[in-house]
Amino acid sequence: MRDDEDDTGEAAVETATLPLDAWHRAKGARMVEFAGYWMPIQYEGIMAEHQWTRANAGLFDVSHMGQLILSGEGVAEALETLVPGDISALKPGRMRYSLLLAEDGGILDDLMITGGDHELYMVVNGAVKWDDIAHLREHLPDAIGLNHMDEQALLALQGPKAAAALERLVPGVGALVFMQAGGFDWNGVPLGISRSGYTGEDGFEISVPAAHVGALADALCAMEEVKPIGLGARDSLRLEAGLPLYGHDLDPATDPVEGDLGFAISKRRREEGGFPGAARILGHLADGAPRKRVGLLVDGKLPVREGAKLFDGETEIGVATSGGFAPSVGAPIAMGYVPTGLSAPGTAIAAEVRGKRVPCTVAAMPFVPHKYVRKQGA
Amino acid sequence: MPRYYTEEHEWIDVDGDVATVGITDFAQGQLGDIVFVEVPDTGAQLSAGGDAAVVESVKAASDVYAPVDGVVTEGNGQLEEDPALVNSDPEGEGWFFRMTLSDKGQLDGLMNAAAYKEFCDSL
Repeated sequence: MRDDEDDTGEAAVETATLPLDAWHRAKGARMVEFAGYWMPIQYEGIMAEHQWTRANAGLFDVSHMGQLILSGEGVAEALETLVPGDISALKPGRMRYSLLLAEDGGILDDLMITGGDHELYMVVNGAVKWDDIAHLREHLPDAIGLNHMDEQALLALQGPKAAAALERLVPGVGALVFMQAGGFDWNGVPLGISRSGYTGEDGFEISVPAAHVGALADALCAMEEVKPIGLGARDSLRLEAGLPLYGHDLDPATDPVEGDLGFAISKRRREEGGFPGAARILGHLADGAPRKRVGLLVDGKLPVREGAKLFDGETEIGVATSGGFAPSVGAPIAMGYVPTGLSAPGTAIAAEVRGKRVPCTVAAMPFVPHKYVRKQGA
Repeated sequence: MPRYYTEEHEWIDVDGDVATVGITDFAQGQLGDIVFVEVPDTGAQLSAGGDAAVVESVKAASDVYAPVDGVVTEGNGQLEEDPALVNSDPEGEGWFFRMTLSDKGQLDGLMNAAAYKEFCDSL
Protein backbone atom coordinates (compact mmCIF):
# COMPACT_ATOMS: atom_id res chain seq x y z
CA MET A 1 0.00 0.00 0.00
CA ARG A 2 1.36 3.37 -0.94
CA ASP A 3 -0.13 6.86 -1.23
CA ASP A 4 -0.63 8.06 -4.80
CA GLU A 5 0.06 11.56 -3.65
CA ASP A 6 3.20 12.40 -1.80
CA ASP A 7 2.07 14.44 1.18
CA THR A 8 5.54 15.64 1.95
CA GLY A 9 5.99 17.41 -1.39
CA GLU A 10 9.36 18.31 -2.81
CA ALA A 11 10.44 20.79 -0.19
CA ALA A 12 13.81 22.08 -1.29
CA VAL A 13 13.71 24.64 1.49
CA GLU A 14 13.58 23.43 5.06
CA THR A 15 10.02 23.09 6.29
CA ALA A 16 9.23 25.73 8.91
CA THR A 17 7.32 25.26 12.14
CA LEU A 18 4.35 27.32 13.31
CA PRO A 19 4.03 28.74 16.83
CA LEU A 20 1.60 25.94 17.78
CA ASP A 21 3.76 23.10 16.42
CA ALA A 22 4.40 21.44 19.79
CA TRP A 23 0.79 22.05 20.81
CA HIS A 24 -0.49 20.14 17.76
CA ARG A 25 1.88 17.25 18.37
CA ALA A 26 0.86 17.07 22.03
CA LYS A 27 -2.77 16.83 20.88
CA GLY A 28 -1.87 13.78 18.78
CA ALA A 29 -1.92 15.50 15.39
CA ARG A 30 -0.43 13.86 12.35
CA MET A 31 1.77 16.56 10.82
CA VAL A 32 2.34 17.09 7.10
CA GLU A 33 4.21 19.66 5.05
CA PHE A 34 1.85 22.29 3.64
CA ALA A 35 2.68 25.72 2.24
CA GLY A 36 6.22 25.38 3.59
CA TYR A 37 5.14 24.59 7.16
CA TRP A 38 4.54 21.50 9.26
CA MET A 39 0.80 21.52 9.78
CA PRO A 40 -1.74 19.17 11.40
CA ILE A 41 -3.62 17.17 8.76
CA GLN A 42 -5.78 15.43 11.37
CA TYR A 43 -6.08 14.58 15.06
CA GLU A 44 -8.71 11.88 15.65
CA GLY A 45 -9.78 11.54 12.00
CA ILE A 46 -11.00 13.72 9.16
CA MET A 47 -14.56 12.43 9.14
CA ALA A 48 -15.09 12.90 12.89
CA GLU A 49 -13.44 16.34 12.83
CA HIS A 50 -15.57 17.44 9.88
CA GLN A 51 -18.80 16.36 11.59
CA TRP A 52 -17.69 17.94 14.85
CA THR A 53 -17.21 21.31 13.16
CA ARG A 54 -20.64 21.14 11.50
CA ALA A 55 -22.29 20.32 14.86
CA ASN A 56 -20.12 22.08 17.47
CA ALA A 57 -17.03 24.28 17.14
CA GLY A 58 -13.72 23.44 15.52
CA LEU A 59 -10.43 25.24 16.18
CA PHE A 60 -8.14 25.57 13.16
CA ASP A 61 -4.56 26.84 13.19
CA VAL A 62 -4.19 28.93 10.04
CA SER A 63 -1.04 30.73 11.14
CA HIS A 64 0.63 29.79 7.84
CA MET A 65 -1.49 32.42 6.15
CA GLY A 66 0.04 35.83 5.59
CA GLN A 67 -1.26 38.73 7.69
CA LEU A 68 -0.39 42.04 6.10
CA ILE A 69 -1.05 45.68 6.93
CA LEU A 70 -1.03 48.23 4.16
CA SER A 71 -0.96 51.81 5.37
CA GLY A 72 -0.71 55.38 4.20
CA GLU A 73 -2.77 58.16 2.69
CA GLY A 74 -4.74 56.84 -0.29
CA VAL A 75 -4.05 53.19 0.52
CA ALA A 76 -7.48 52.01 -0.66
CA GLU A 77 -7.16 53.76 -4.02
CA ALA A 78 -3.66 52.35 -4.43
CA LEU A 79 -4.79 48.80 -3.75
CA GLU A 80 -7.68 49.21 -6.18
CA THR A 81 -5.13 49.27 -9.00
CA LEU A 82 -4.36 45.61 -8.15
CA VAL A 83 -7.75 44.17 -7.08
CA PRO A 84 -11.29 44.49 -8.56
CA GLY A 85 -13.15 45.25 -5.29
CA ASP A 86 -14.55 48.56 -4.08
CA ILE A 87 -11.89 49.05 -1.41
CA SER A 88 -12.47 52.82 -1.07
CA ALA A 89 -15.97 52.08 0.22
CA LEU A 90 -14.71 49.66 2.85
CA LYS A 91 -15.48 51.18 6.25
CA PRO A 92 -13.25 50.46 9.24
CA GLY A 93 -14.09 47.03 10.60
CA ARG A 94 -15.79 45.85 7.41
CA MET A 95 -14.32 43.05 5.30
CA ARG A 96 -14.38 42.07 1.70
CA TYR A 97 -13.27 39.00 -0.24
CA SER A 98 -11.10 40.07 -3.12
CA LEU A 99 -8.60 38.88 -5.71
CA LEU A 100 -5.06 39.92 -6.47
CA LEU A 101 -4.96 40.10 -10.26
CA ALA A 102 -2.12 39.79 -12.76
CA GLU A 103 -1.82 42.18 -15.69
CA ASP A 104 -3.88 39.83 -17.88
CA GLY A 105 -6.64 39.42 -15.26
CA GLY A 106 -5.44 36.02 -14.05
CA ILE A 107 -5.82 35.36 -10.33
CA LEU A 108 -2.58 35.60 -8.34
CA ASP A 109 -4.31 35.00 -5.01
CA ASP A 110 -7.63 35.33 -3.24
CA LEU A 111 -7.65 37.27 -0.02
CA MET A 112 -9.66 38.97 2.72
CA ILE A 113 -9.34 42.72 3.15
CA THR A 114 -10.50 44.55 6.30
CA GLY A 115 -10.88 48.30 6.37
CA GLY A 116 -9.11 50.45 8.96
CA ASP A 117 -8.16 54.06 9.55
CA HIS A 118 -5.90 54.85 6.56
CA GLU A 119 -4.85 51.24 6.64
CA LEU A 120 -6.00 47.86 5.40
CA TYR A 121 -5.52 44.49 7.06
CA MET A 122 -5.25 41.58 4.66
CA VAL A 123 -5.09 37.82 5.04
CA VAL A 124 -3.51 36.04 2.08
CA ASN A 125 -2.83 32.38 1.30
CA GLY A 126 0.22 30.84 2.95
CA ALA A 127 1.50 29.10 -0.16
CA VAL A 128 1.80 32.34 -2.14
CA LYS A 129 2.29 34.96 0.58
CA TRP A 130 5.89 35.72 -0.38
CA ASP A 131 4.88 36.20 -4.02
CA ASP A 132 2.00 38.42 -2.90
CA ILE A 133 4.28 40.58 -0.80
CA ALA A 134 6.73 40.96 -3.69
CA HIS A 135 3.90 41.81 -6.08
CA LEU A 136 2.38 44.39 -3.72
CA ARG A 137 5.75 45.96 -3.01
CA GLU A 138 6.55 46.16 -6.71
CA HIS A 139 3.24 47.71 -7.76
CA LEU A 140 2.21 49.91 -4.83
CA PRO A 141 3.67 53.42 -4.45
CA ASP A 142 6.63 53.65 -2.10
CA ALA A 143 4.57 55.89 0.19
CA ILE A 144 2.29 52.95 1.01
CA GLY A 145 3.66 50.97 3.96
CA LEU A 146 3.54 47.15 3.91
CA ASN A 147 3.95 45.36 7.20
CA HIS A 148 4.05 41.56 7.24
CA MET A 149 2.77 40.71 10.73
CA ASP A 150 4.86 37.58 11.08
CA GLU A 151 4.74 37.78 14.88
CA GLN A 152 1.00 37.16 14.76
CA ALA A 153 -0.62 33.72 14.78
CA LEU A 154 -4.07 33.17 13.26
CA LEU A 155 -6.76 30.84 14.60
CA ALA A 156 -10.17 30.09 13.15
CA LEU A 157 -13.03 28.97 15.36
CA GLN A 158 -15.82 27.60 13.18
CA GLY A 159 -19.18 25.95 13.74
CA PRO A 160 -22.65 26.56 15.18
CA LYS A 161 -21.30 26.72 18.76
CA ALA A 162 -18.34 28.98 17.94
CA ALA A 163 -20.08 32.21 18.90
CA ALA A 164 -21.25 30.99 22.31
CA ALA A 165 -17.81 29.56 23.07
CA LEU A 166 -15.82 32.63 22.04
CA GLU A 167 -18.26 35.00 23.76
CA ARG A 168 -17.42 33.26 27.06
CA LEU A 169 -13.74 34.16 26.65
CA VAL A 170 -14.13 37.46 24.84
CA PRO A 171 -17.37 39.17 25.88
CA GLY A 172 -18.87 41.32 23.13
CA VAL A 173 -17.53 39.31 20.22
CA GLY A 174 -21.01 37.97 19.50
CA ALA A 175 -22.08 41.45 18.41
CA LEU A 176 -20.01 41.12 15.23
CA VAL A 177 -21.86 40.02 12.12
CA PHE A 178 -20.51 38.14 9.11
CA MET A 179 -17.61 39.99 7.45
CA GLN A 180 -17.20 42.43 10.34
CA ALA A 181 -14.07 42.74 12.47
CA GLY A 182 -12.86 44.52 15.58
CA GLY A 183 -10.18 44.76 18.23
CA PHE A 184 -10.76 42.90 21.50
CA ASP A 185 -8.89 42.16 24.68
CA TRP A 186 -8.37 38.76 26.30
CA ASN A 187 -6.63 38.91 29.68
CA GLY A 188 -4.60 41.86 28.47
CA VAL A 189 -3.75 40.20 25.13
CA PRO A 190 -4.92 42.22 22.12
CA LEU A 191 -6.93 40.14 19.64
CA GLY A 192 -8.06 41.10 16.14
CA ILE A 193 -11.26 39.17 15.60
CA SER A 194 -13.44 38.93 12.52
CA ARG A 195 -16.67 37.00 12.01
CA SER A 196 -15.53 35.06 8.97
CA GLY A 197 -13.95 31.81 7.94
CA TYR A 198 -13.73 29.26 5.18
CA THR A 199 -15.97 26.38 6.24
CA GLY A 200 -19.43 27.74 5.40
CA GLU A 201 -20.25 27.76 9.11
CA ASP A 202 -20.69 30.73 11.40
CA GLY A 203 -17.38 31.46 13.04
CA PHE A 204 -14.43 33.71 13.69
CA GLU A 205 -10.84 34.28 12.73
CA ILE A 206 -8.63 35.46 15.56
CA SER A 207 -5.30 37.21 15.08
CA VAL A 208 -3.23 36.81 18.25
CA PRO A 209 0.43 37.52 19.11
CA ALA A 210 2.36 34.27 18.58
CA ALA A 211 3.59 34.36 22.20
CA HIS A 212 0.00 34.00 23.44
CA VAL A 213 -1.51 31.65 20.87
CA GLY A 214 -0.80 28.51 22.94
CA ALA A 215 -2.64 29.90 25.95
CA LEU A 216 -5.57 30.99 23.78
CA ALA A 217 -5.77 27.62 22.02
CA ASP A 218 -5.74 25.91 25.43
CA ALA A 219 -8.48 28.19 26.75
CA LEU A 220 -10.62 27.54 23.69
CA CYS A 221 -10.12 23.77 23.74
CA ALA A 222 -10.88 23.66 27.47
CA MET A 223 -14.51 24.34 26.54
CA GLU A 224 -16.48 21.19 25.85
CA GLU A 225 -17.83 22.34 22.48
CA VAL A 226 -14.36 23.06 21.02
CA LYS A 227 -11.93 20.56 19.49
CA PRO A 228 -8.85 21.09 17.33
CA ILE A 229 -9.46 20.32 13.66
CA GLY A 230 -6.85 19.54 11.01
CA LEU A 231 -6.29 20.56 7.41
CA GLY A 232 -8.02 17.45 6.11
CA ALA A 233 -11.40 18.46 7.49
CA ARG A 234 -10.73 22.09 6.61
CA ASP A 235 -10.51 20.97 2.99
CA SER A 236 -13.67 18.84 3.02
CA LEU A 237 -15.59 21.61 4.83
CA ARG A 238 -14.59 24.32 2.36
CA LEU A 239 -15.30 22.01 -0.59
CA GLU A 240 -18.85 21.40 0.67
CA ALA A 241 -19.21 25.17 1.16
CA GLY A 242 -18.32 25.66 -2.52
CA LEU A 243 -15.31 27.79 -1.61
CA PRO A 244 -12.37 27.62 -4.02
CA LEU A 245 -8.87 26.75 -2.82
CA TYR A 246 -6.13 28.86 -4.36
CA GLY A 247 -3.53 26.87 -6.27
CA HIS A 248 -6.11 24.19 -6.99
CA ASP A 249 -9.44 25.73 -8.04
CA LEU A 250 -7.93 29.12 -8.88
CA ASP A 251 -4.63 29.97 -10.55
CA PRO A 252 -2.96 32.62 -12.73
CA ALA A 253 -4.50 31.10 -15.88
CA THR A 254 -8.00 31.71 -14.50
CA ASP A 255 -9.83 35.02 -14.33
CA PRO A 256 -12.53 35.92 -11.78
CA VAL A 257 -15.45 35.29 -14.16
CA GLU A 258 -14.13 31.85 -15.10
CA GLY A 259 -13.64 31.21 -11.39
CA ASP A 260 -17.34 32.08 -10.79
CA LEU A 261 -16.24 34.92 -8.53
CA GLY A 262 -18.00 37.73 -10.38
CA PHE A 263 -19.44 38.88 -7.04
CA ALA A 264 -15.94 40.05 -6.09
CA ILE A 265 -16.00 42.65 -8.87
CA SER A 266 -17.83 45.54 -7.22
CA LYS A 267 -20.49 47.56 -9.07
CA ARG A 268 -18.44 50.74 -9.18
CA ARG A 269 -15.39 48.90 -10.48
CA ARG A 270 -17.50 47.30 -13.22
CA GLU A 271 -18.51 50.75 -14.33
CA GLU A 272 -15.12 52.37 -13.99
CA GLY A 273 -12.67 49.53 -14.70
CA GLY A 274 -9.11 50.44 -13.78
CA PHE A 275 -8.06 47.07 -12.37
CA PRO A 276 -5.65 44.58 -14.01
CA GLY A 277 -7.18 42.67 -16.90
CA ALA A 278 -10.30 44.86 -16.83
CA ALA A 279 -10.90 44.53 -20.58
CA ARG A 280 -10.85 40.72 -20.47
CA ILE A 281 -12.80 40.48 -17.21
CA LEU A 282 -15.49 43.03 -18.12
CA GLY A 283 -15.80 41.34 -21.53
CA HIS A 284 -16.35 37.99 -19.81
CA LEU A 285 -18.91 39.57 -17.48
CA ALA A 286 -20.83 40.98 -20.44
CA ASP A 287 -20.58 38.08 -22.88
CA GLY A 288 -19.81 35.10 -20.68
CA ALA A 289 -16.44 33.40 -20.17
CA PRO A 290 -15.48 30.38 -22.28
CA ARG A 291 -15.36 28.19 -19.18
CA LYS A 292 -16.62 28.30 -15.65
CA ARG A 293 -15.95 26.75 -12.25
CA VAL A 294 -18.83 24.49 -11.25
CA GLY A 295 -19.74 22.02 -8.55
CA LEU A 296 -20.16 18.34 -9.40
CA LEU A 297 -22.27 15.75 -7.64
CA VAL A 298 -20.71 12.36 -8.28
CA ASP A 299 -22.82 9.28 -8.96
CA GLY A 300 -21.84 6.34 -6.77
CA LYS A 301 -19.04 6.16 -4.23
CA LEU A 302 -15.86 6.51 -6.27
CA PRO A 303 -14.24 9.84 -5.36
CA VAL A 304 -13.42 12.17 -8.25
CA ARG A 305 -10.31 14.10 -7.27
CA GLU A 306 -8.17 16.94 -8.50
CA GLY A 307 -6.82 16.24 -11.97
CA ALA A 308 -9.65 13.98 -13.15
CA LYS A 309 -10.57 14.78 -16.76
CA LEU A 310 -14.18 15.73 -17.46
CA PHE A 311 -16.11 14.51 -20.50
CA ASP A 312 -19.29 15.31 -22.39
CA GLY A 313 -19.83 12.07 -24.26
CA GLU A 314 -16.48 11.32 -25.90
CA THR A 315 -15.34 14.94 -25.84
CA GLU A 316 -12.91 16.04 -23.14
CA ILE A 317 -14.34 19.31 -21.81
CA GLY A 318 -12.39 20.16 -18.68
CA VAL A 319 -10.82 19.02 -15.46
CA ALA A 320 -11.72 18.56 -11.81
CA THR A 321 -9.70 20.92 -9.61
CA SER A 322 -10.79 19.63 -6.17
CA GLY A 323 -12.79 16.66 -5.05
CA GLY A 324 -13.30 14.00 -2.49
CA PHE A 325 -15.80 12.38 -0.19
CA ALA A 326 -18.11 14.95 1.38
CA PRO A 327 -19.01 13.78 4.90
CA SER A 328 -22.05 16.08 5.29
CA VAL A 329 -23.37 15.18 1.83
CA GLY A 330 -22.62 11.48 2.29
CA ALA A 331 -21.24 11.16 -1.23
CA PRO A 332 -18.28 12.27 -3.30
CA ILE A 333 -18.36 15.82 -4.68
CA ALA A 334 -15.97 17.83 -6.80
CA MET A 335 -15.28 21.23 -8.31
CA GLY A 336 -13.96 21.73 -11.79
CA TYR A 337 -14.00 23.73 -14.97
CA VAL A 338 -16.39 23.09 -17.86
CA PRO A 339 -17.41 25.12 -20.93
CA THR A 340 -19.96 27.75 -19.87
CA GLY A 341 -22.52 26.13 -22.18
CA LEU A 342 -22.33 23.00 -20.01
CA SER A 343 -22.28 24.80 -16.66
CA ALA A 344 -26.01 24.87 -15.88
CA PRO A 345 -26.98 22.89 -12.76
CA GLY A 346 -28.42 19.54 -13.78
CA THR A 347 -26.12 19.08 -16.78
CA ALA A 348 -24.96 15.47 -16.99
CA ILE A 349 -21.25 14.93 -17.68
CA ALA A 350 -18.64 12.31 -16.69
CA ALA A 351 -15.29 12.27 -14.97
CA GLU A 352 -12.52 9.82 -15.76
CA VAL A 353 -11.01 7.99 -12.79
CA ARG A 354 -8.42 5.26 -13.44
CA GLY A 355 -9.77 4.75 -16.95
CA LYS A 356 -13.38 4.51 -15.83
CA ARG A 357 -16.12 7.01 -16.65
CA VAL A 358 -17.95 8.18 -13.55
CA PRO A 359 -21.28 9.97 -14.17
CA CYS A 360 -21.50 13.44 -12.58
CA THR A 361 -24.13 16.14 -12.47
CA VAL A 362 -23.32 19.84 -12.44
CA ALA A 363 -24.65 21.15 -9.12
CA ALA A 364 -25.33 24.56 -7.65
CA MET A 365 -22.92 25.47 -4.87
CA PRO A 366 -22.68 25.46 -1.93
CA PHE A 367 -23.33 21.74 -1.51
CA VAL A 368 -24.10 22.40 2.17
CA PRO A 369 -25.94 25.67 2.98
CA HIS A 370 -23.87 28.49 4.45
CA LYS A 371 -24.70 29.38 8.05
CA TYR A 372 -23.28 32.88 8.13
CA VAL A 373 -24.78 35.24 10.72
CA ARG A 374 -25.52 38.34 8.73
CA LYS A 375 -27.81 40.27 11.05
CA GLN A 376 -27.74 40.78 14.76
CA GLY A 377 -30.31 38.66 16.57
CA ALA A 378 -30.65 36.38 13.55
CA MET B 1 -2.88 -20.92 8.63
CA PRO B 2 0.30 -18.85 8.37
CA ARG B 3 0.01 -15.13 7.82
CA TYR B 4 2.66 -13.06 6.09
CA TYR B 5 3.16 -9.31 5.76
CA THR B 6 4.71 -6.95 3.21
CA GLU B 7 6.61 -3.71 3.71
CA GLU B 8 3.73 -2.04 1.84
CA HIS B 9 1.43 -3.09 4.73
CA GLU B 10 -0.52 -5.85 3.05
CA TRP B 11 -1.21 -9.10 4.87
CA ILE B 12 -1.63 -12.47 3.18
CA ASP B 13 -3.18 -15.58 4.74
CA VAL B 14 -2.13 -18.78 3.01
CA ASP B 15 -4.36 -21.88 2.97
CA GLY B 16 -2.91 -24.49 0.63
CA ASP B 17 -2.69 -22.99 -2.84
CA VAL B 18 -5.10 -20.13 -2.12
CA ALA B 19 -4.41 -16.91 -0.23
CA THR B 20 -6.49 -14.07 1.18
CA VAL B 21 -5.07 -10.53 1.00
CA GLY B 22 -5.90 -7.34 2.87
CA ILE B 23 -4.25 -4.30 4.41
CA THR B 24 -3.01 -4.24 7.96
CA ASP B 25 -4.45 -2.48 10.99
CA PHE B 26 -1.40 -0.21 10.90
CA ALA B 27 -2.24 0.69 7.28
CA GLN B 28 -5.89 1.52 7.96
CA GLY B 29 -4.82 3.67 10.89
CA GLN B 30 -2.49 5.63 8.64
CA LEU B 31 -5.14 6.03 5.94
CA GLY B 32 -7.95 7.14 8.21
CA ASP B 33 -11.60 7.00 7.17
CA ILE B 34 -11.91 4.77 4.14
CA VAL B 35 -14.69 5.76 1.73
CA PHE B 36 -14.08 3.57 -1.30
CA VAL B 37 -12.35 0.31 -2.16
CA GLU B 38 -11.75 -1.04 -5.65
CA VAL B 39 -10.98 -4.76 -5.63
CA PRO B 40 -9.63 -6.67 -8.66
CA ASP B 41 -11.91 -8.65 -10.96
CA THR B 42 -12.02 -12.40 -10.64
CA GLY B 43 -9.54 -13.87 -13.09
CA ALA B 44 -7.20 -10.89 -12.99
CA GLN B 45 -3.55 -11.91 -13.30
CA LEU B 46 -1.47 -10.34 -10.53
CA SER B 47 2.26 -10.13 -10.17
CA ALA B 48 4.14 -9.54 -6.94
CA GLY B 49 4.57 -5.81 -6.30
CA GLY B 50 2.10 -4.87 -9.04
CA ASP B 51 -1.13 -2.90 -8.61
CA ALA B 52 -3.95 -5.06 -7.30
CA ALA B 53 -6.52 -2.81 -5.65
CA VAL B 54 -7.15 0.82 -4.73
CA VAL B 55 -8.24 2.12 -1.35
CA GLU B 56 -9.52 5.67 -1.00
CA SER B 57 -9.61 7.56 2.26
CA VAL B 58 -11.28 10.93 2.68
CA LYS B 59 -7.93 12.47 1.83
CA ALA B 60 -6.34 10.42 -0.93
CA ALA B 61 -6.24 7.30 -3.09
CA SER B 62 -3.64 4.63 -2.32
CA ASP B 63 -2.61 1.58 -4.29
CA VAL B 64 -2.66 -1.88 -2.80
CA TYR B 65 -0.09 -4.28 -4.26
CA ALA B 66 -0.16 -8.00 -4.86
CA PRO B 67 2.17 -9.64 -2.32
CA VAL B 68 2.87 -12.57 -4.69
CA ASP B 69 2.11 -13.75 -8.24
CA GLY B 70 -1.25 -15.38 -8.88
CA VAL B 71 -4.78 -15.14 -10.22
CA VAL B 72 -7.68 -13.48 -8.41
CA THR B 73 -10.39 -15.95 -7.45
CA GLU B 74 -12.68 -13.55 -5.59
CA GLY B 75 -12.94 -9.88 -4.62
CA ASN B 76 -14.63 -8.91 -1.35
CA GLY B 77 -17.97 -7.59 -2.62
CA GLN B 78 -18.91 -6.42 0.87
CA LEU B 79 -16.39 -3.58 0.63
CA GLU B 80 -18.38 -1.97 -2.17
CA GLU B 81 -21.32 -1.39 0.17
CA ASP B 82 -19.33 -0.91 3.34
CA PRO B 83 -15.77 0.33 2.72
CA ALA B 84 -15.48 1.27 6.40
CA LEU B 85 -15.11 -2.46 7.14
CA VAL B 86 -11.46 -1.90 6.31
CA ASN B 87 -11.28 0.49 9.27
CA SER B 88 -13.31 -1.60 11.69
CA ASP B 89 -11.93 -5.07 10.86
CA PRO B 90 -8.93 -4.71 8.52
CA GLU B 91 -7.44 -8.12 9.17
CA GLY B 92 -10.77 -9.98 9.16
CA GLU B 93 -14.04 -8.99 7.44
CA GLY B 94 -12.22 -6.18 5.66
CA TRP B 95 -10.14 -8.50 3.44
CA PHE B 96 -9.68 -7.31 -0.18
CA PHE B 97 -9.36 -10.35 -2.44
CA ARG B 98 -8.47 -14.03 -2.69
CA MET B 99 -5.88 -15.34 -5.13
CA THR B 100 -4.08 -18.46 -6.22
CA LEU B 101 -0.35 -18.80 -5.50
CA SER B 102 1.78 -19.33 -8.59
CA ASP B 103 5.04 -19.57 -6.69
CA LYS B 104 4.94 -20.42 -3.00
CA GLY B 105 8.64 -19.67 -2.81
CA GLN B 106 7.75 -15.96 -2.97
CA LEU B 107 6.35 -16.21 0.56
CA ASP B 108 9.89 -16.61 1.86
CA GLY B 109 10.55 -12.97 1.04
CA LEU B 110 7.69 -11.75 3.27
CA MET B 111 7.64 -11.00 7.01
CA ASN B 112 5.97 -12.96 9.78
CA ALA B 113 3.92 -11.20 12.48
CA ALA B 114 6.88 -10.57 14.78
CA ALA B 115 9.05 -9.18 11.99
CA TYR B 116 6.22 -6.98 10.74
CA LYS B 117 5.60 -5.55 14.21
CA GLU B 118 9.27 -4.73 14.47
CA PHE B 119 9.11 -3.14 11.01
CA CYS B 120 6.15 -0.91 12.01
CA ASP B 121 7.81 0.10 15.27
CA SER B 122 10.84 1.23 13.28
CA LEU B 123 8.77 3.59 11.08
